[in-house]
Amino acid sequence: MGQPAPTVTIESHKASRPNTASDEPRFVPVQTRSERFTSVDAADFPALSSSQLEWKYTPITRVKALAGEPVNGARYEYTVTDETGDALLIEWLDRTDRRIGAAGKPEERVSANAWTSFSEALAITVPAGADGGLTVDRNRFGPEARAAHTVITAGTGSRAVLIVQNSGSALLTENLEIVLEDEAQLTVVSVQEWADDAIHLASHFATLGRGARLKHVVISLGGSVVRIDPSVHLAATGSDAELLGVYFADAGQHLEQRVFVNHDAPHTRSRVNYRGALQGEGARTAWVGDVLIRATAVAADTYEQNRNLVLTEGARADSVPNLEIETGDILAAGHASTTGRFDDEQLFYLRSRGIPEAEARRLVVRGFFTELIASIGQDALEARLVRAIETELGMPASGPPEP
Amino acid sequence: MSTLSIKDLHVSVDTDQGAKEILRGVDLVIKEGEIHAIMGPNGSGKSTLAYSIAGHPKYHVTQGSVTLDGAEVLDMTVDERARAGLFLAMQYPVEIPGVTVTNFLRTAKTAIDGEAPAIRGWITSIRESMTNLRMEPSFAERNVNEGFSGGEKKRNEILQLELLQPRFAILDETDSGLDVDALKIVAEGVNRAKDKTALGIMLITHYTRILRYIKPDFVHVFVAGRIAEQGGPELADRLENEGYDRFLPVGASESTD
Repeated sequence: MGQPAPTVTIESHKASRPNTASDEPRFVPVQTRSERFTSVDAADFPALSSSQLEWKYTPITRVKALAGEPVNGARYEYTVTDETGDALLIEWLDRTDRRIGAAGKPEERVSANAWTSFSEALAITVPAGADGGLTVDRNRFGPEARAAHTVITAGTGSRAVLIVQNSGSALLTENLEIVLEDEAQLTVVSVQEWADDAIHLASHFATLGRGARLKHVVISLGGSVVRIDPSVHLAATGSDAELLGVYFADAGQHLEQRVFVNHDAPHTRSRVNYRGALQGEGARTAWVGDVLIRATAVAADTYEQNRNLVLTEGARADSVPNLEIETGDILAAGHASTTGRFDDEQLFYLRSRGIPEAEARRLVVRGFFTELIASIGQDALEARLVRAIETELGMPASGPPEP
Repeated sequence: MSTLSIKDLHVSVDTDQGAKEILRGVDLVIKEGEIHAIMGPNGSGKSTLAYSIAGHPKYHVTQGSVTLDGAEVLDMTVDERARAGLFLAMQYPVEIPGVTVTNFLRTAKTAIDGEAPAIRGWITSIRESMTNLRMEPSFAERNVNEGFSGGEKKRNEILQLELLQPRFAILDETDSGLDVDALKIVAEGVNRAKDKTALGIMLITHYTRILRYIKPDFVHVFVAGRIAEQGGPELADRLENEGYDRFLPVGASESTD
């Protein structure tokens, strides 16, 4: 209480509806996602600059080792744990395998550099009709610049839960493709609990078949710079994507996520819900949420939201929702973005019941994440995540001392 | 015998036009087991008195003292005041998303007592108090004050009063927004708490209606930031008939809290 308000930045762009009546003033969107350039060759993209929209928030000097020459794209060590249900297939694919490139292509240089660099791709396949799950533990990348490529395929009518658990040191750029065949139900969770010096930039490309359902979860807690850009192509009728994110940035950390949902078929549905907390000097987060509803996406239904809780001064959260709608015939489309500092009235209420300030803060921050974490639907992971957030809160914040 | 003593309390708030004095020298002594009604027109500073004693950061004490059995309350943090035995039932209780009533009550009880309550007896106490306050059992699993009706919020305040067992409670317009049935239920809760623990009560209200159910020992008329008149319960009857007009200077406009 009584400390100066933290630096809070809120940016928001209104929806554009190009196909509605022409007497309405047409809002020109910052960009048109449908026309964005893609390439698998890093040389096709200009050098990184903060004047480029996709690099506006990222600390370029800290990621430049991944943006220049090709990097080591050989096989890496991983371990598989917590296997449940039917067996899933894990194998290395040659980079010429036809399964590679089915879900999407890079839209920026660092992602393209991973594509240029990787020699083999890790493929995780859920056979048609199978029901299973596993965790891939990746903790041995080390400080050398690396590139990786992963292809996840969920066969027709399958159900699976895949968790990618990242820890240790890393200087990694990677692409992760996710293909859901018709009626597949897949949960993919990417957990970033990297060491303090880790740099990790990842692009995820998902494409969904008829009636397929994807739950995609990004949890970023550890690392120096972590940027995860999930894009989901709702390519067939009735496909459904739920994109969840939890991030907690400490002093000096940069955590970024750029979500793109491409509604490209009738009766497609998407829900995007990201929540982040920031504490400490120089803690930075950025969230960009682009939702495109194409003319093909009659009766589309989308809602995206991002909420940020700034716990101390000296932290900065950027939040940019974009909604681009190319058909007048949709079911629902909405977005919400809030970035606020700690609510002093909540704190006062809890403290007036005898709860000390530090504990009151923990209660409120836990409460802020609780609902979202509960919707991941994986009990063991949820419990671990709550503990991880409590650990974050237990660490001495580099903000002002408690009165 | 426990005593809450307020002496020459002056409090101001920051406004765009600079500091504005709201309380202008309040003197009041409440002993355990006593009920003091503080009555006054809107904007007289009643809520400021309540929040200043609880330690809300918006209010700046510029002069005076508040002591609880001789200890200076104004030197304590908000949570220290609660642990010393003060409780404020708020007029507008705050929503705490993602924190259930059960979790909140247990955390508060543990903080106040300095140790976690024994699970069995604690659950029984919660259940009893909720039944007495006609609260549905499902209430315990809802998030604190989130989506509560006005009446539910007030019951939740009194539930905390019963379970946390403070020595002195300040009830800030607990009667506002309650229908007569809810008012009776809430008043019963306050009376139960008093009978059980010899609670001293500062009952802040605009209307005399609640005094039919919670009988004050003393009535203080609060006008323009200080106590203008005090007496026994008969003073409330007089206010009922005459209103606050005779305490307000001719042509005076009501300021805001």
